[in-house]
Amino acid sequence: MAKKPARVPLPTMQTYKGDQCVEPTEEMRRNHMNYILHQRDETVHKGIRTVKHSLKNCIDCHADPKTGSVLGKDGFCESCHSYAAVRIDCFGCHSDKAAPEAMRAASPRSEGTQRRALPRRAIERATRTARSEAP
Amino acid sequence: MTISRREVLGLGAAAVGATLLAPGLRLIELARARSPEEAATSLKRWGLLIDASQCGDCDVCVTACHEENGVVGHGRPATDAQWIRKVTLKDKQTGYVQTLPLMCQHCEEPPCVDVCPTGASFKRADGIVLVDKHICIGCRYCMMACPYKARSFVHEDTTGQKPHAPRGKGTVESCTLCVHRVDAGKIPACVEACNKDGGKAMLFGDLKDPESEIAQRLARAPSTQIRPDLNLNTGVRYRNI
Repeated sequence: MAKKPARVPLPTMQTYKGDQCVEPTEEMRRNHMNYILHQRDETVHKGIRTVKHSLKNCIDCHADPKTGSVLGKDGFCESCHSYAAVRIDCFGCHSDKAAPEAMRAASPRSEGTQRRALPRRAIERATRTARSEAP
Repeated sequence: MTISRREVLGLGAAAVGATLLAPGLRLIELARARSPEEAATSLKRWGLLIDASQCGDCDVCVTACHEENGVVGHGRPATDAQWIRKVTLKDKQTGYVQTLPLMCQHCEEPPCVDVCPTGASFKRADGIVLVDKHICIGCRYCMMACPYKARSFVHEDTTGQKPHAPRGKGTVESCTLCVHRVDAGKIPACVEACNKDGGKAMLFGDLKDPESEIAQRLARAPSTQIRPDLNLNTGVRYRNI
């Protein structure tokens, strides 16, 4: 029997970078808001700027390469949130666009020299980018 | 590439500096960023020293600040946000005119924090006074309380925010001392611009570190707070006004 078409179209969210989120997908689907909420207080009040659970990191990975944004009809955040009828407040203040350097395709550079010279955060980011580009 | 050209250059410069200077010299401390997982501590207190005699007619600090933080106006000066502004002082007796940049003074005893009903206005451990816009309800008590008129209310929807400087309608905002840059070991955008294109009137540093240039210059020659009578112990000090 053919599946009955849904009254509301299913979200079309897609991921574009990497093959693994910062936490298991099931965990992120259910609890991403808690991770972001926790990180936001750490960052604003204590100045802890680890990348892993930051909103900026979400956006840098999940932004649509065409629009550069997580919003819009097929945007990663908006398509699911409109399906679930949950309003997102984040983007009243926060930019919904990925940082230009995150969108730009990484140019091949010698990893060795960078690893020595850069702080951990940059390495974390660079490794992730490298991983996402592996065939 | 995820690392900007500027970051790479900055780190390169820091590395060169570290090799040239003798070990143990505290000058290097300033150039080195706190690691991202480390919280800001009260061992530091960030501040500015502004020499009004060096401050000329330009407004590169204002432009640089608003560019860095994505502060854009709507052509309505009465309500547009301003994080930093140029103030003109005139001596009525002699007619002598001078200008100086005025922004959040990052008080040790900030009145904006005292009056905030939600705890949105707060002082970070390292002395930077900020608004947590997540819990700001836009009541604007802090704007009333601030003797420096340093805070602005965002009246209209914002677009084109910078990823590092979220700003939105219905919240109060002010100079953050470029906290995102400071956390990365850099100096505020206004200071950088003033040193590059302006009169080299601004100096940023750690007031609690006796070896820092700002602490040494403050110790060597007189400086003043604006409205010292309020006993707020501002983090921004002025000279020659």
